[in-house]
Amino acid sequence: MRLAVGTDEVYLYTGARALAPSRASIVFVHGAANDHSVWSLQSRYFAHHGRNVLAVDLPGHGRSTGAPLESVEAIAQWLVRVLDAAGVERASLVGHSLGSLAVLEAAARAPARVDRIALLGPAVPMAVSEALMDAARRDDHVAYELIVGWSHSAAGQLGGNPVPGMWMTGTALRLMERTRPGGLAVDLGACASYANGLDAARALRCPALVVTGSRDLMAPAKSAEALIGALNGPRVVTLACGHAMMAEQPDEVLDALRAFL
Amino acid sequence: MTKPRTHRFDTLSLHAGSRPDPATGARATPIYQSASFVFPDSDHAAALFNMERAGHVYSRISNPTCAVLEERIAALEGGVGAIATASGQAALHLAIATLLGAGAHIVASRALYGGSHNLLDYTLPRFGITTTFVDPRDVGAWRGAIRPETRLLFGETLGNPGLDVLDIPRIATLAHEHGLPLLVDSTFTTPWLLRPFEHGADLVFHSATKFLSGHGVVIGGVLVDSGAFDWDAPKSRGRFPTLTEPYHGFHDMVFSEESTTAAFLLRARREGIRDFGACMAPATAWQILQGIETLPVRMQRHVDNTRRIVAFLSGQPLVGAIGYPELAQHPDHALAQRLLPRGCGAVFSFDLRATREQGRRFIESLRLFSHLANVGDAKSLVIHPASTTHFRMSADDLARAGIGEGTIRLSIGLEDPDDLIEDLSRALYAAGK
Repeated sequence: MRLAVGTDEVYLYTGARALAPSRASIVFVHGAANDHSVWSLQSRYFAHHGRNVLAVDLPGHGRSTGAPLESVEAIAQWLVRVLDAAGVERASLVGHSLGSLAVLEAAARAPARVDRIALLGPAVPMAVSEALMDAARRDDHVAYELIVGWSHSAAGQLGGNPVPGMWMTGTALRLMERTRPGGLAVDLGACASYANGLDAARALRCPALVVTGSRDLMAPAKSAEALIGALNGPRVVTLACGHAMMAEQPDEVLDALRAFL
Repeated sequence: MTKPRTHRFDTLSLHAGSRPDPATGARATPIYQSASFVFPDSDHAAALFNMERAGHVYSRISNPTCAVLEERIAALEGGVGAIATASGQAALHLAIATLLGAGAHIVASRALYGGSHNLLDYTLPRFGITTTFVDPRDVGAWRGAIRPETRLLFGETLGNPGLDVLDIPRIATLAHEHGLPLLVDSTFTTPWLLRPFEHGADLVFHSATKFLSGHGVVIGGVLVDSGAFDWDAPKSRGRFPTLTEPYHGFHDMVFSEESTTAAFLLRARREGIRDFGACMAPATAWQILQGIETLPVRMQRHVDNTRRIVAFLSGQPLVGAIGYPELAQHPDHALAQRLLPRGCGAVFSFDLRATREQGRRFIESLRLFSHLANVGDAKSLVIHPASTTHFRMSADDLARAGIGEGTIRLSIGLEDPDDLIEDLSRALYAAGK
């Protein structure tokens, strides 16, 4: 479905279901240079199991118009505006990578609107390597290749996709290639400049789930340790996969979310 | 400098898509010879049927052994995924049936494999899909043939049998200017010689029976999606409702919303393979995988041997024109140097300056070359297209496709090239007597 948020049009994947006020809602927020489709299996499951699903395309990503937002704080504000536009009073928020930071910040800023948060592949701070940032600023294809290489475990690099016939790294690369010029640099800049992560975590009162990948080189599990320490008794799940956990271990990610949400 | 972590072609040929079997530790990909797969519980079963979880239900839709083959080809082609089919013809049909319906139109190269020509020219019109055939070298003809109802452009990387080199960059650009995808039959080249997606093609299919297998013991096909074509882009909008509108046959799924990059494959699997049923058997996939493991070394040898044979034939008085793009006189020589730097494959045709009876003596005098209707085997093969693969074509169509009465097609195998040259020498001598 499409919603107007300000002057922009926002695309939300809902699993082909209309939003119903009687159902609990889950908002899925993707990471840098991605779109709603990274949540394909998980979002579809919840949409067909009694939840309203709002898997967003962030501004300037996928089917949403507008320019990419330049800070995690701006994305967090935007998420609340999406809830307003959709007529959703409260929701659980699920975010991956950049999306996990936005979810954390949104929950801290608007606690009355958020039931639970699930942070997948988070890192606080979320450092971005200079080589990657330089390539992203140049819109150099190498930036996408670096991310794909760092986001998939050694096993994932060779495939074995649980989804029959799909080549994981090829899919990830092709999706990022759809990013509009300059988009990746804006997303990575938002990750790198976000400084409020630990304060937001300490202020948080809703239940939190943190999912890390033990083979994640993009946001290594140890980069989430400070965040986990700052949260109030989060549930922590570590999967044997890389950063692209929804692709590498879709069922395990779904099971972690099912057990929490 | 920081470099991306990627595996190279030869490594992917051996490993892509496979892992040691989680149940047994088997290093080789097992043959999962099972029609169906047990559901852990009812919720899991429903989730598999509804595409909420990943996995296998029934081997017509997907199978673990076939999935390894599909991933491997997708990796080697640089695509997002693939579907293994019962044959190359099934792959071509699956591509067309996924995108086109009655009233739609295709623009295709006229230098096609005879089987593809049959499907497009004789069979599909019965289902309301028509094709205009054009000279593959004439970009203006491609452009002029595109109509409002055109939905697909189609050609072969190396045309059959004259080895016309498809100018993929130019034809792809033309297709994209009109919001259309380009489908390429890459059977003759394999991804070791040419990766069409890198030049702009959107969909690729193979008869995996040929070089991918190499052994000539199975029939199979593979259809690969680049994932780059935007079915919802302004120029394409409304032209591909199978991908962009709700499909009542699968939970009203809008495939292009479900998957940004793999809408085509989703529809092809959830409808085409499900309903038409031209799937690959797991044992076939396993045998093709054995072939692909040695694809790089085999293709190098195929090309090396072919160069020796072409050089030999070039000096023979009974041999007329040789249609091999590595030769300077071939009309696509410059294009081949650009698109096919590793070589132009191992299938080519030449004209015998001889009567039909001499042609018969030539073929029947060969001892190592097998006279049969196939290419891409490890063993060398020979055929007379006018009387076999292309016999349904009219004389005019034959001439337009570059096939004469004396045209002989060779598929050069992996034998010692000196033995092949001796075989050809003997046959040419017999033909010339």
